[in-house]
Parts: sequence; structure tokens; C-alpha cells
Amino acid sequence: MSEWETVIGLEIHTQLSTRSKLFSAASTQFGAEPNRQACGIDLALPGVLPVVNREAIRMAVLFGLSVGAKIRTPCVFARKNYFYPDLPRGYQISQYELPIVEGGTVEIELQDGNRRQIDLTRAHLEEDAGKLLHEGYAGESAVDLNRAGVPLMEIVSEPQMRSPEEASAYMRAVHGIVTFLEICDGNMEQGSFRCDANISMRRKGETELGVKVELKNINSFRFVERALRYEQQRQVEALESGQPIIQETRQYDPAGDRTRPMRVKEYADDYRYFPDPDLLPVVVDQAMQVELAESLPELPQARRARLVEQYALAADLAAVLVQSRQWADYFEATVEAGANASTAARWITGEVFAHMHKHSTEGVEPPVSANSLAQLLKCIDSGVVSNSAAKEVLAAMWQGEGEAEAIIEARGLRQVGAGADLDQWVDQVIEAHPAEAAQYRGGKDRLLGFFVGQVMKASGGKADPKQVSEQLRARLQKD
Amino acid sequence: MHGRTLLEHAQALQAGEVSSVELTKSYLERIRVHDGSINSFITVTEEQALAQAEAADRTRSAGEAGSLTGIPLAHKDIFCTRGVKTSCGSRMLDNFVSPYDATVVERLKAAGMVMLGKTNMDEFAMGSSNETSYYGPVRNPWDPDRVPGGSSGGSAAAVAARLAPAATATDTGGSIRQPATFCGVTGLKPTYGRVSRFGMVAYASSLDQGGMLGVSAEDCAALLGAMAGFDSRDSTSVDHPVPDYWRESAQPIDGLRLGLPKEFFDDRLDAGIRASVEEAVAAWEGQGAKPVEISLSNLSLATPAYYVIASAECSSNLARYDGVRYGHRCQDPDDLEELFCRSREEGFGAEVRRRIMIGTYALSAGYRDAYYGRAQRVRQLIRQDFQQAFEKVDVIAAPVSPVLPFKLGEKTQDPVAMYLIDCYTIPVNLAGLPGLSLPARPVDGLPTGVQLIGNYFDEARLLGLGAAWQRETDWHRQVPPEFA
Repeated sequence: MSEWETVIGLEIHTQLSTRSKLFSAASTQFGAEPNRQACGIDLALPGVLPVVNREAIRMAVLFGLSVGAKIRTPCVFARKNYFYPDLPRGYQISQYELPIVEGGTVEIELQDGNRRQIDLTRAHLEEDAGKLLHEGYAGESAVDLNRAGVPLMEIVSEPQMRSPEEASAYMRAVHGIVTFLEICDGNMEQGSFRCDANISMRRKGETELGVKVELKNINSFRFVERALRYEQQRQVEALESGQPIIQETRQYDPAGDRTRPMRVKEYADDYRYFPDPDLLPVVVDQAMQVELAESLPELPQARRARLVEQYALAADLAAVLVQSRQWADYFEATVEAGANASTAARWITGEVFAHMHKHSTEGVEPPVSANSLAQLLKCIDSGVVSNSAAKEVLAAMWQGEGEAEAIIEARGLRQVGAGADLDQWVDQVIEAHPAEAAQYRGGKDRLLGFFVGQVMKASGGKADPKQVSEQLRARLQKD
Repeated sequence: MHGRTLLEHAQALQAGEVSSVELTKSYLERIRVHDGSINSFITVTEEQALAQAEAADRTRSAGEAGSLTGIPLAHKDIFCTRGVKTSCGSRMLDNFVSPYDATVVERLKAAGMVMLGKTNMDEFAMGSSNETSYYGPVRNPWDPDRVPGGSSGGSAAAVAARLAPAATATDTGGSIRQPATFCGVTGLKPTYGRVSRFGMVAYASSLDQGGMLGVSAEDCAALLGAMAGFDSRDSTSVDHPVPDYWRESAQPIDGLRLGLPKEFFDDRLDAGIRASVEEAVAAWEGQGAKPVEISLSNLSLATPAYYVIASAECSSNLARYDGVRYGHRCQDPDDLEELFCRSREEGFGAEVRRRIMIGTYALSAGYRDAYYGRAQRVRQLIRQDFQQAFEKVDVIAAPVSPVLPFKLGEKTQDPVAMYLIDCYTIPVNLAGLPGLSLPARPVDGLPTGVQLIGNYFDEARLLGLGAAWQRETDWHRQVPPEFA
């Protein structure tokens, strides 16, 4: 294994978050009844013409600028000709010789903290095809064209990754960029972000590339790593036993954790590309580029560095927060509303994430606003409510029961500090347990926990445990 | 009544001499009586026509009529018409009822015009004789043994026989101008991008342009005003102001430089046609125009380049007719491949299949640069030739067709001979320029014509020259004896 070098390149397909399709006004919303979101243009009726969606152009330019690529202007849409029932025009409108984004680099970070720059070859715009439905049509197939014409941006890397880990880190980095730019929802289950991985092996020191295998349609960071690892192993074993690698397309099967050759699509050999005469070359003028460059948001890596710097956060917490722009924004808004940064980071990545996960509301706004959360966190830090009681309060807030203060009052969760009540509970407990008190004074320190528990119980959970133990220690000492 | 031009109909309607319903009924009656002998219509929309005519009359009594309100016309069956069969002359679309109107149809409807029906055409506009139609050939009203030209043969024959005052048409390599000449009517192919292609079934997208056939140049001017203009649904339509063509066509021609490209007057040109064209040029000279001999040196490359580009685009444009969503589907295919292959084999005629094959070949890996790439370079050269010519002249005058209308079946066995008939019209499409075909002195009792080619968006000047010539002549007013 050690004498082999792995060469990996990725083609990432991102679905752009435009409201309408790349060449028609039909909606791109996920999950509609079949063919409810296919207009005459998507059906390729006789006489209809495509008109390019300017919003998709804007998004591609935004991506190009964010990775330091060249924006090609004019760029040209070309027809990729082949027959298939999910392709209504008999050609896919894509970009071939003159893509909108050329070059650029993406920085990746590995588990060990090492960083590498991965160069991009290009990124181009193209339309998605429809979907064939095979179930429930008694020996026939049906066609759903809701997806036909949905805008995709294909981001092609140079074959510069040298391990499955790097490929996965690269995929994460690109995911972070497109979601922070808000040009892709990043939803991998719905296929909004997926990749094809090309992998080949060569002996170390060789400059020629080996025969490559393409792994199709991988929609998870974990799977891309596993699939490539399997493929790496398979290819090395084949090469070492003197068998040639066949150039082919394979598919990863997550259940069996292995790759399998895919059925080869017929008609796929010669796409007869030519510039689409229905669409003019797309010009992205300098003014638009400048305007978009100025509107570029802070990207994940820069943001993580700033979170660490500005809020003195632990690097790992910051890394979790910048996994999505939504949470990084939420964190900063919470701090902005007065919460302590480290409390906010811990609570958001802990309790808030747990609630989001439990209610499977991924991608949806949390029902508790940053401002409301900040009010609760302030109560914790000022000792108004205990950490454990605060969890109960957050759960209630999640259910829409109101703001933190009101819930604390209504449920009587206000923490009781030094004062008459606490003195009284401490006295009562010591009086009720003379034997234990004597043992404690005799040196059995661990009994303090027992006393704290008793006092907390007596207070109905309202007492501040820190103060309780202080009081107890003082009182048991005194006698 | 049918001897009138479209503008004369407009005046009569305005003067209250006739109602739209009366006018529409008279044309429907002429179609019923005469179309059997020329086969110029695929569909006659009698009921809709009468309803539209009634609506037009109501608009008029409400005092809201425009200049075209209530005038009947026919649409080439390449334009999508909502609720009406749009066959494109093909078996493939014999069952296709369009759910929407083409922009051209929509605009003329909005202008209050009445649709009489859909005219016959070469299948998918591929042909120069109207013999490739699934609905049978159209016959030339001047001689039923001869072709009317193509691909807008139905529109040209219908106007020539006065079964419609005017008709829409399309021109990819001469499909408006050549049938206009063969049938003795006036036809305009506007600048590429002047008229929206949305809803016009595509043959070769970079060459197709909608236009019209009418009795006079002024009629064409009136229609162009209603049809032209930017359409956000067609990215190749141009946002260029639409002048009042009718008014602007009355401009003086004194001092106008009229270019005569020597390559258009070569030995391919029929001597009789040459004489007719020269007569027209002399008439303009008499009105003050200055003839200038010019050269378009790459002209001989135009026809081969055209057949590569047009075929390449058509091979892709016609891929949507796959038997899956609409149109002809073969019976009981064994599998997907057979569904595609047999549906297309049965749905398309021989000429369409031939051009799809040529185009597929021209775009194939390994041949693309040699054919498609080279043809695009030729196209660029031809565009430059015209641009240089327009530095020296204002308008170019030329023949439309090298030959007179030929007999049905005469050239069907020789596709290349058929292709070469369009040698004087094709260069204009490759350059995207406007071209006007005007009836000239007949030869041996058969119509001939003269072609005016203008610079981009210079339609008004072409129409002005045409109107000036038509004020001095009456070739455009002649009606074939059987239809008089």
C-alpha cells in the first residue's frame, strides 16, 4: 500500500436555491406531486424556448468569486444531445467549452489540523433531468418532470486529492462555501449536494495517471470516504496481483460497504455538443462582478477563525458552529443579545442542537429566537436559575410557553440564594441528621453531597446548589 | 371583395362598407370552393373565425378598432395556436393540439385579426416545393401541375389564390421569399430577431425567422408593425424600436444606392427571370436610385454551409419528438429503443430524416470541426461580405430564385438540385438580414420575382422600395385566372 499513491478528483453537483428553474418559470420546490411543477418549456412542447434564469447566473458568479476563480464572460450554454425519456428536449442544456467559472481554489483542513489548497478546474451551470418511476405502473415506466430543468452547478476539482480523508474534507469545505453563500440548501438527503468521485492509483514517483474509476452519485461525507477507501483497497489489490484496472463507472453500496460496477447507459458515447442557438452567450459585466464581490459573506474558515479570536471560543466549538451559516448567525445573535459567549456556544451546540435533532427540524428556524435564548442564558450566569432548571425552562420555551423569565416565575424555578429560607433549610437538615453531621465533622467529607441533596430536596429544587454547599460547609464546621 | 389588398380591406371595414363577419364569411366560402384544387390549408377554423369576426365587429362598434381589427388571415401551420391542431406538416404532430399561442399569433389576435385556418407547408419547414408535407403537396394556383415553392407553399398559394388576404410564414433558407416568387405575391423575411420565435416550431434556431406573405409591400408593412418587437420569452429576439412601417415605407428613394451583386446574376439564373429583375432595377433607377455593381465573393459557399448548420440544428431541435410526451407514438414497442426509433421513423418523412442524419453526422465527434465548425466560419465570412457591401450600398437587389416554378415531382428524386434552388435566398439567412420578395414581370405565364436585401432592421427601406415599385406596376395585383 505504501508504495502506491492515490489520485482523487471530485465533481460536485450542487442544486442552486433559485425559486424557478434554470430555463423556465416553473417552481423548484421539492416534493410536489409528479409533473405538477413542469410547464410547457420543461415538457419541451413544440415551439417553446428556454430563457436563462439570471438568479442562477448570479449564484454561479458568487461562487466563482468566493473561490478566487475567473468569471468567464461571455460564457456559453451548449446542448448535450442524447435520447432518454427523462430528458424532454432530447438534449441537456449545459456548458461545455466555455463555462462560467474557471479555476479557483478551495482550502481544506484535515483531522490533524493540516491544511491544503485544492485547485478547481471549473464550475458550470446545467439543468437537471426528470425522474423515471418504475413502481406501480404494471410493466411500464412513468416520467416525472418536476426535477427537469432544476438548476445545477457542477464544481470540478483537479485530481489533487491524495486520500479519501482529503476528498471528504474537500466535500465538506465546498458544502460550507455554498451553504454560507446561500446558493445551495446543502440538503444531501434530497440530493441538493452530491458528488461523483474519480479515483486512480499509481506507483509513488510516477507522473502518469493510472486508469480511473468513477464513483457515481455519493450523497454523504462519510460515504465518499468509505467508498474511496474501499476502491483504493480494491485497486491496489488488483494492481498488485497484476490485474488491469478497467475504466468504468461504479456505485457505492453503503449497506455492503463496497462498490459495484454500474449498468452502462446506452446512447451515451457521443453527445454531439454544440452551442445552444436558442440562448445568447451570457455576459457578466464588471459592474455586476464588483457588486457581487462586495456582497460576499464571510466564509466558514474565516468565520471560525474570527469566532475563536473574537469570542475566545474553543476551536472545536467554533468548528461545530460554522458547520452551518444558520447556527453561526444564531450564535452571534445570541451573544449580541447579551449572553456570555462561552455559555452561548455550549448551550447552542448542546441543548439547542439536541432539541433541533429531537424535533427533526433540520434546516428550519429554531422556535426559540436568539434573543429569547440570550435572556435564559443571562439568568443562568447571574444565578437566577440553576443549570438543570434552565434545561426545563428551555424545553418549555421550545413548546412555545413564553419567555424565560415568565416560565421561571410560573414554575417557581427561581434559584434561592443566601437568606432566611436557605438558613432555615440548612438548619432543618442538620437537625434531622445528627449522626451524619457527627460523621462529617469526624472527617467523612463525602457526606457533604448527602447534605446538599437533602437541602435541595427541602427547597423543592429552588436552592442554588453552590450556595447550599457553601452554607453547609460553614455551618457544619461552626459547631 | 377578394381583389382588395389588406389595407383596402381595412379602409372598407373602417368606412363601414363591410363587416368583419361578412369579410370572413366570403374568405371562408372561397376556401371551401377553391382549396380543393390547391390544398393550401391543413386546418380551416371556421367556427373560431366567425366568433373572432363577431368580436371584431363589436370592438369596432365600441369605437375601439385598430387598423387591423376584423381582417382575416391564415397562419402557417408552424405557429402554435391554442386549441387548434399545429401539425408542422408532419405526421409526427398530426395529433398535436397546442395548449398555447405563439407570440406572433397572440400579437395578431390582440390586433383584432381573424384566423381563417392553418396553411400547408413542407414538413417541419424542410423543403423548397411543398412536396414534403404529410398532408400532400400544395399546387401552384397559376398552374396546378407546378409547385408553389416552399416551405411556406400553403401560405403563398392561399394568398395568390386570394383565399386569405395575407398569411404568416417562416423563412429559414428562403421559405417565405421563394414561394412568394413562385406564386406571385409579396413576402418579407425580417431581420433575425425582429419577430419572436416563441411558439414557432423550430427547424434551425439560428436561421428561422417569422414573417408574412401578402398582396402588397404595404400590407406586409402593416402586418410587420403588429408582429415585430422584443419578446422576453425569446432570448434571440432583439430589443429594437418598432417603427411605423406603414408610414416609413413611403420614404423617397432618390439617391438610394442599389447594389447588384454579380454572383447573383451568374449563369445559373434563368434568362427570363434575369430580364424581369433588370426591369425592376431599371424602374427604381428611373425613380432616382443609383445601381452599383458589387461582389459577395463567398456566396458559392453559402448553400453547403447552410445545409450543414441547418441540419445540425434540426437534428437536435427535432430530438424532442420521441413518442414519449406527445405526438406520434408507434404501436406496441418492445422496449425503449424501439419506442424511440420506430416512433421517429414512422412520424418523420424522408426529407426530415435525411436532414436529421446529415446534422447528426456533421456534429459527431471527429467530424464536428470539419463540418459544423467550418460551416460556422463560412457563415462569418458571408456576414462580413454583406457588411462590407453595406458600406457601399443601401439596399441590394437580386433575383429570388434561379428557376421558374417547376413541375411537381420534377426534382424530388434529386435532393441536391432541390437544395440549390435556394442559393439566392440562403445567404440572407446566414447573415440574419431582412429580405423582401416582390412579384415581377411573369415569364411564360409563370410568376417571377425580385429580391431586396437590406441591412439589419432596415425593413422600412425595403418595404418603401417595394411600395414605390408596386405603385408603378400591377404584377402584385394579378390573380390566377381560375381564382379571379
